[in-house]
Amino acid sequence: MGDEDYRSSSEEPNGEMTDWVFYRDRPEWRDVTPVPQDDGANPVVRIAYSERFTDVYDYFRGVMRTGEKSARVLQLTEDALEQNPANYTVWYYRREVLKALDSDLKKEMKYCRDMIEDHPKNYQVWQHRRALIEWTQDPTAELRFTEMILSGDQKNYHAWQHRQWVLATFNLWDKELAYIDDLIEVDIRNNSAWNQRFFVISHSEGWTPEVVDREVNFALDKIKKVVKNESSWNYLKGVLNACDNEEKKGELKLKIRSWCEEKYSQGEESSYMLSFIIDVLQQDLEGIKSTEEKTKVLDRIESLCVRLATHCDTIRANYWNFIKDSAKLRHGGGG
Amino acid sequence: MALGRKDAKIPEDSPTELLLEKHVEFIKKYGEDPDDYEYAMSDFLRMNGLYWGCSAMHLMGHIDKMDKSSVIQFLKDCQVENGGFRPVQGHDPHLLNTLSAVQIAVIFDCLDEIDEEGVVKYVKSLQTEEGSFMGDQWGEVDNRFTFCAVACLSLLGRLSELEVDKAADFVKSCLNFDGGFGSRPGAESHAGLIYTCVGTLAVTGHLHYVDADRLGWWLAERQLDSGGLNGRPEKLPDVCYSWWVLASLKILNRIHWIDKEKLKTFMLACQDNETGGFADRPGNM
Repeated sequence: MGDEDYRSSSEEPNGEMTDWVFYRDRPEWRDVTPVPQDDGANPVVRIAYSERFTDVYDYFRGVMRTGEKSARVLQLTEDALEQNPANYTVWYYRREVLKALDSDLKKEMKYCRDMIEDHPKNYQVWQHRRALIEWTQDPTAELRFTEMILSGDQKNYHAWQHRQWVLATFNLWDKELAYIDDLIEVDIRNNSAWNQRFFVISHSEGWTPEVVDREVNFALDKIKKVVKNESSWNYLKGVLNACDNEEKKGELKLKIRSWCEEKYSQGEESSYMLSFIIDVLQQDLEGIKSTEEKTKVLDRIESLCVRLATHCDTIRANYWNFIKDSAKLRHGGGG
Repeated sequence: MALGRKDAKIPEDSPTELLLEKHVEFIKKYGEDPDDYEYAMSDFLRMNGLYWGCSAMHLMGHIDKMDKSSVIQFLKDCQVENGGFRPVQGHDPHLLNTLSAVQIAVIFDCLDEIDEEGVVKYVKSLQTEEGSFMGDQWGEVDNRFTFCAVACLSLLGRLSELEVDKAADFVKSCLNFDGGFGSRPGAESHAGLIYTCVGTLAVTGHLHYVDADRLGWWLAERQLDSGGLNGRPEKLPDVCYSWWVLASLKILNRIHWIDKEKLKTFMLACQDNETGGFADRPGNM
């Protein structure tokens, strides 16, 4: 009769299992001396763990002391992690046991998957998965796995981090853009997906003029669908910055600019769009010599900033006033 | 279809005044309920929680309500031979707890009660070749740990023991296309991680690596109509970002880019007027 048989499927909210047999009552564990936690009488950290928690951890400390690394200890760590999946000591020891037993890592991957599904924002479960993949050097399940987790929470930071690590370590770039396309289709404001897009291209194709052209048009296309979208504008600007071909950069800026001006004339006042216009106007100022021309452009910058501060984006009035003032300072020569 | 931005709503009857006394009580009482399951389950955060509690009590002028000698004993009990600190008995040492422990010692002006040399040795040992820091000997690398390391040694006046330029260069390698920073190179910009990165650069004298106007704007964009701040675009506001975002903006000298009154309204609405304490957003516990 293995330790699994002591587990019941009925669980109380505090973790007490109605059919649970304490380790201290299991005859086959009599050879292990449980080690109680030593908090002293310190009132600063008086912790009332449940009875089951205490029992499991007393025995865990017991086997850590003797250094036992057996199948029953593997199960014990599982019980300990069920009680507290954030105990990184237990995770570390579990990995030591897996190594000592030369365990079937496929089974372990399934366990890890279950733990991640139950605790998707816990750091240790994701570290564990990474450790397993580092051992097996087998990333084949990882993209589908992170996709599954992300389908439950599109922005799970751990899942994205793990996915990025897998892509970079095993060079699995080729289908990623298609995946990102799908994510952006579903949610055009998915900032994680936009970030991933930049990451993938930076590591695979690189920012050649052709790629920059393609990606700027991609971003512009999404902007046309939803103008008030921080992610697409940040991406657009990021791509332009990554472009080191001045001719291509200039050509694209012109295209975006004329689209912006047209939308502006139709009444669109998205703060991101206006910010883009202000940026290009500031860049224009660098090349203008005539004071008259300069003043015209500065006046325009000023009126856009005032509009933003007083109507379109009042919560950031101080920022827009700063932009207005610093443009004057840099190019105004006395206003 | 232009969807509105995700945001929280502030309920009609939300608190509008700062309930300072209730917060003092809340922190004092915290951990005293023997049946508090969540308290037991968050034991891996105990050292961090103690820091947050002490720090808040100190700000509220009530640090005397904390039992100094017990706190000092707790710190001593949690430091291990390699110099690092556990969060509580039953867990291994980690950089996160080590920073909290040092911070607590500074608050109580009792650095002489802990093994400072041990801390220096421990933190140094966690720096990698590329300049980043592991959280503990098991190798997880993250900018939270970069900040913990430099802040910790800076508080001890021993920053020069680290490869400071390398640490700053690692942070620089995490600079994203939107001007923000993530946990590792390529990771999405996130207000909490921006704090750790900007903090690291400030402590190590490398703030010039940051485009302050650009990052300042990204941070200012965290503010939603409710007045609350989120941590990334299109996420709900959470009161914790009041710290990460404001502290970052303060370092960058642009804290006025956040609408103070609207943020205040949001934060006050997060208070629980029965038990004291703050919820992550108005209407929650």
